[in-house]
Amino acid sequence: MPGPRPAPGTSDPDPVYTAASMSDALPDSAAGTGGARQPRTPVIRACGLSKRFGPVVANDRIDLAVGPGEIHALLGENGAGKSTLVKMLYGLLQPDAGHIEWMGRRAAIAGPSAARALGIGMVFQHFSLFESLSVAENVALALPRGAADGLAGRLAEVSRQYGLELEPDRPVHELSVGERQRIEIVRCLLQDPRLLILDEPTAVLTPQEAEQLFATLGRLAGEGRAILHITHRLDEVRRICSRATILRHGRLVASCDPRAETPASLARMMIGADADALRRDEAPHAGGAPRLELRGLDLPAPSEHAVALSSIDLVVRAGEVVAIAGVAGNGQSELFSAISGETPAPGAGDVVLSGRPAGTMGINARRRLGAAFVPEERIGHAAAARLRLSENAILTGHALDDRGGGWIVDRRGALEHVDRVSEAFDVRKGRRDPEAASLSGGNLQKFVVGREILRDPSLLVVSQPTWGVDAGAAATIRRALVALARRGAAVLVISQDLDEIFAIADRIAVIHDGRLSEPIPAARMTAERLGLLMGGAHARAEA
Amino acid sequence: MAWIALEKRAEPSLAMTFLSPLLAIALTLASSAAIFAALGKDPLPAMHAYFVAPLVDPWSLQELVVKATPLVLIATGLSFCYLSNNWNIGAEGQYVMGGIFGGGAALAFHQTGSALGLPAVVAAGALGGALLASIPALLRIRFSTNEILTSLMLVYVAELLLDWLVRGPWRDPRAMNFPQSVAFDVKVPILVEGSRIHLGAALAVLACCAAAFLLSRTMKGFEIRVIGQAPRAAAFAGFSPARATLLVFALSGALAGIAGALEVVGTMGQLRPSISPGYGFAAIIVAFLGRLHPFGILCAGLLLALSYLGGENAQIMMKIPLDATRVIQGLLLFFVLACDLLVLHRPRLARRATA
Repeated sequence: MPGPRPAPGTSDPDPVYTAASMSDALPDSAAGTGGARQPRTPVIRACGLSKRFGPVVANDRIDLAVGPGEIHALLGENGAGKSTLVKMLYGLLQPDAGHIEWMGRRAAIAGPSAARALGIGMVFQHFSLFESLSVAENVALALPRGAADGLAGRLAEVSRQYGLELEPDRPVHELSVGERQRIEIVRCLLQDPRLLILDEPTAVLTPQEAEQLFATLGRLAGEGRAILHITHRLDEVRRICSRATILRHGRLVASCDPRAETPASLARMMIGADADALRRDEAPHAGGAPRLELRGLDLPAPSEHAVALSSIDLVVRAGEVVAIAGVAGNGQSELFSAISGETPAPGAGDVVLSGRPAGTMGINARRRLGAAFVPEERIGHAAAARLRLSENAILTGHALDDRGGGWIVDRRGALEHVDRVSEAFDVRKGRRDPEAASLSGGNLQKFVVGREILRDPSLLVVSQPTWGVDAGAAATIRRALVALARRGAAVLVISQDLDEIFAIADRIAVIHDGRLSEPIPAARMTAERLGLLMGGAHARAEA
Repeated sequence: MAWIALEKRAEPSLAMTFLSPLLAIALTLASSAAIFAALGKDPLPAMHAYFVAPLVDPWSLQELVVKATPLVLIATGLSFCYLSNNWNIGAEGQYVMGGIFGGGAALAFHQTGSALGLPAVVAAGALGGALLASIPALLRIRFSTNEILTSLMLVYVAELLLDWLVRGPWRDPRAMNFPQSVAFDVKVPILVEGSRIHLGAALAVLACCAAAFLLSRTMKGFEIRVIGQAPRAAAFAGFSPARATLLVFALSGALAGIAGALEVVGTMGQLRPSISPGYGFAAIIVAFLGRLHPFGILCAGLLLALSYLGGENAQIMMKIPLDATRVIQGLLLFFVLACDLLVLHRPRLARRATA
């Protein structure tokens, strides 16, 4: 069992686990003592790990070491390569190059069960729990056969020891997200891991639940366990982590002691110091007619874990690209569906399209006013996986097409549209009209963006236009967005990729916790200011 | 240790789309043989009596069409529901309600000699089925009720209503106290002279063709498929899932209701306490065995009809209990669903990774 206490099932009383050796890394002091120093052999060390997916290099020679008692932050924007790296550490992916050392010895981690056998536990962002079973049953299911004897007692003990309150007999469907996460953590702890990997654990938690989690992590580190904490929240990194590794575009950009950094300097490392270099000359926009206006848009959160939008004001004019930056989960998807009409606004005047109040209109009525939309998820939202491209063209085009009286499918027209998009955007596919699922991410993204651009919208709203897309496709898409704006359309881009934002935006706003900052011309925005706004600081703070 | 691993295919296998129902049928036949053996019957003659004898007799071939007619009508309607992710399990009840409404219409036109009798029977049957099917649809739309449960429970409501009608208000006073209505004089035209194949068989084929057109060529059909495959993409396309739910349930109920009305007025000629050997449930198997495709359903309907005839035949010739039919139908559904895994997955022999 975990920690210094000997318990049935523990094999070797490794000195690393004795309380004495950990005296300099107790919970609270874990954030206070010199974490830069590495007193002993790292629990795990990644040496030059590389992983490539087709044309995308997800991890490029990454080095990482996590010592006992260390809470190590793995920082980076979405798509920076954090998930790929930890999946290799947990055996879910095999590196193309480089190797992993476990307790100072080279180890091949063939799969998650091999990782667990070594002593690696992982808590995923998406839980794998059976809703109808109880807490204890869910835990028992995850344990090796025969290990479930006397489980209730051990469960209670671990819960108490680490402040992970759980009632073993409660069915999971009654539990909050925070409680469900505790089950996942307890499941890992029952296997007595020496390294615990948490994939964006606080992304789904309320602030109070996050506080409880931090206390638990402190206790675990105090026992000498290594913790790898994946996040993009700068404040929590500075509070609880003694070491941070920062990835950007698949590369290691820095390894530092986050407590010695400011949020601004961490943000700069995450964003990249070269962000300024990418900035374009100020665009010849200004003065175009407003194509999209949001006027004090308030929208309650549609579900427990969604974000409420509060008094959002924004004007996007013909001829300009406005970008909305922000850390994931701060209201981007809620804002997108409020503009698209998938979630209608309370008042017609909350959303105005080309001067017409459209807040209560559905998505097709908004399309008929000249708006076009590209949501963040390619498969399942922008396109249906098992439909052909021509059918996916009909998906967003049928409202504008009155051939066939609106009730017969215009297959020929759709197929011609697919041909035009494929030609203009270089969509590579095996057949003329394949299923959407058979295209690579980049090619499908070019298709869903091109599908809208070639309809010549007067307003294009696009979320994460190049997420998970290779560099060539990303460049094509970005050029097309800017060209569309220069032809006189208004373009609104919601993105977490700051390089992208600086590359294409004329004005930049930041969304945080459902509120939108005043958009500022890109030329006047610095990476530092942006980082602070993204972290929730007000513009006046240490800029 | 070697074991079988399933790999996801990049695209659904076209070959498996057609092979998987055949494989399911083969597995069902093999298991049936085992069941016959376990019942103490010689498997070979039993299999012959069950699956071959009905096909070599002209009378049986006609009966095959008679039994396939309601199955195909109901399954065609069910395919709209299943394609759009609406789990209508209560077609049996919608069929019975169609029989009640159709029988009621036949009673209303009894001894009037009106030419409107037949159209009224069909329309009333469609209305009865659609009304009953709308209940689970509205409950799901309004209260997010699980439509599997509500549609299934309404089966018993419809059956008990029929039972009460034929024992009470609609009982033929001259039926020697038997629970049955008068013999209708509204007739359904017979298509093949000397057989019981009536207009319904033509309607079933027509329904299949109409369904094929609706699904592949019209926006409504497109909408139904998108809502089932990718709900968020459907919302992005501006399709309303609530309207679609109501539509597919009503459509499915109407087709089941027509099947029930024609069975009562055409094949049986009167209302009795029980008017279905489980057509509404067997049609679920037909829908899946036919890959939710109208023409697949046509073939699958004939196959399931064979299982009914074979069951009767085997009972007469081999004294195999009629309940074996239900077992074999259940096995067939089980194997169909299991074999469908192969459409999207490829089995592969693998060695277990180090534990």
